[in-house]
Amino acid sequence: MSDQPRRKLPGFAIALAALVVLAVIGAGTAWFMQGGAPTIGGPFKLVNGEGRPVTDRDFRGHYLLVYFGYTFCPDVCPTTLNQVAEALDKLGPKGEQVQPLFITVDPKRDTPQVVGQYVAAFTPRLVGLTGTPEEIAKVAREYRVYYAIHKTAGSPGDYTVDHSSSLYLMSPSGAFIAPIRADQSGAEMAKDIARHLS
Amino acid sequence: MRRRSLVLPLLALPFLAMPFLAGPGIALAQPGQIQVQQVWSRAAPQGRVGVLYMTVTDHGAPDRLVGVETPVAEKAELHESFAEGGVMKMRPVAAAPVEPGKPLVLKPGGYHVMLMGLRRSLKEGDEFPATIRFAQAGAVSVTAHVAKAGAAAPPGAAEMGRDHGAMSH
Repeated sequence: MSDQPRRKLPGFAIALAALVVLAVIGAGTAWFMQGGAPTIGGPFKLVNGEGRPVTDRDFRGHYLLVYFGYTFCPDVCPTTLNQVAEALDKLGPKGEQVQPLFITVDPKRDTPQVVGQYVAAFTPRLVGLTGTPEEIAKVAREYRVYYAIHKTAGSPGDYTVDHSSSLYLMSPSGAFIAPIRADQSGAEMAKDIARHLS
Repeated sequence: MRRRSLVLPLLALPFLAMPFLAGPGIALAQPGQIQVQQVWSRAAPQGRVGVLYMTVTDHGAPDRLVGVETPVAEKAELHESFAEGGVMKMRPVAAAPVEPGKPLVLKPGGYHVMLMGLRRSLKEGDEFPATIRFAQAGAVSVTAHVAKAGAAAPPGAAEMGRDHGAMSH
């Protein structure tokens, strides 16, 4: 009789250990699904070219094509924004569901007026957004955008801004769909975007 | 043997020179001449930044583009854009090299002249003067043609990568 409980104990212990292992795996999976997996995008509160406050909620129901750049960039940023304008043209009626956004990574120099004037040169549909350095840092963090000031050897105010070159396509509910490459023609970008539109 | 080796190259000389003589509009007076062509810019508002692109060909000794001046901007600097690990960067550069057979092309996404503090707005279709300075060849005066904001190619040229195929809707 004394042997019986002794024999049963290891079996019970194994079952208990298995349960613990399963629980840990389950909790780990839940953590990964919720917060552990990287998400792109999120809520923002910024200011548009007219100086009016704008939030991510204002764009619900539209696909968003989000680009981070700065207006002191004479070469790459205008090239990309012109290609965005061309892509939307090429998409035709389908492109009307897509709202292009330009978010500056240079809030110090890019006032609402500067941003508004800048984006108007590409397409009247493009919305330019700026904010406080903290607000810009927050939205860049949410979109996992890297940006850094690089001082150049001119006057103290002279600097360029290194920044992630990708565009982000977001769903009408605000969820991340896909990155869109900036270094492609308007026609290529249109095809790239069209694949994701319903 | 010795005489023959001298005579043959001499006979060939006029024929070798012919292709160079045939090209119209190319000054032959100064060998080692630098040519600056297809100088273009993009529409931009007054007080803001602009850009200058061009193609430089060298018919003589290697040279370097070392500076640009234009009355439309307070400052003009030679810059280079490049991507590094998915991050776009722009840096001033002191000079850009050009040599025979290796034209120097300033174009979107690479070497370009950044115009800072535009004294007037640049509108599509405008023209403005600029002086391009080379270490050896000295100053070359050019006229820049303004394309639309963000244009990928010079005015008049076919847009790069344009697709004439139908889009699926």
